[in-house]
Amino acid sequence: MKLFFGFLGLLAVGLSGGCASQDLVRVKPWQRATLADYTMRPDRDPLDGTLSEHVYFAREAASGGKGVGGSGCGCN
Amino acid sequence: MSSRTNLLRVLGFALAAAALAGGLRAEVKRGDHFPSLAAADLNGGTLPDTAGKVVLVDFWASWCAPCKASFPAYARIQTDYAAKGVVIVAVSVDEKAADFAAFVRKWSPPFATVRDQSQKLVSLVDVPTMPTSYLLDRGGKVRFLHVGYYGAETEKTIRAELDGLLAEGHSP
Repeated sequence: MKLFFGFLGLLAVGLSGGCASQDLVRVKPWQRATLADYTMRPDRDPLDGTLSEHVYFAREAASGGKGVGGSGCGCN
Repeated sequence: MSSRTNLLRVLGFALAAAALAGGLRAEVKRGDHFPSLAAADLNGGTLPDTAGKVVLVDFWASWCAPCKASFPAYARIQTDYAAKGVVIVAVSVDEKAADFAAFVRKWSPPFATVRDQSQKLVSLVDVPTMPTSYLLDRGGKVRFLHVGYYGAETEKTIRAELDGLLAEGHSP
């Protein structure tokens, strides 16, 4: 029984220590140059956005979900 | 000893270990001594003499919009406080030297700008966000910390803190 709890303790320590590590899951603030680049913006190209909207409208029969006029009823 | 007691001990130990692992981060906080700028591998500019002076260390990057917004404020602070014994050192974390150089050329700040090319200093300090500035007293201890830049509010706070630190005079 002692061995079991010892193993369980080691496993818990290993797992909890890993969860607490900041290096595993976060890109550090000073490493975000690429993420901050203009090309990472989804709205960087107005034409591309319009085309995407058109595709969504044609495929889903829905429009207006991105802030333009219309209620999504397809009546525009 | 019951199984339940054992289980509680194991859980307690795990929680303590997790807290310890979280606390092992080397983030520089208020009250800590700031790492030596001279010993850090900084280039792209000349480090001013900071001995016995109140120092504002600002971590910035050319791709960081709030950092750009903070530069005019630091320029004003430099103009008003340099003669009183305040030194501003702006440390860039730009990976590309050209980005750093272009930014400095465009803004031509009146305070010292250097580049942490290997990002060793910023890693050591473990800056929580961009930009972050550290206000050090004459002894090199972090007295105030500004995470992010919030325009006039931040500038006003920094000025008040500088006044306070300057009023403390020289440490023995």
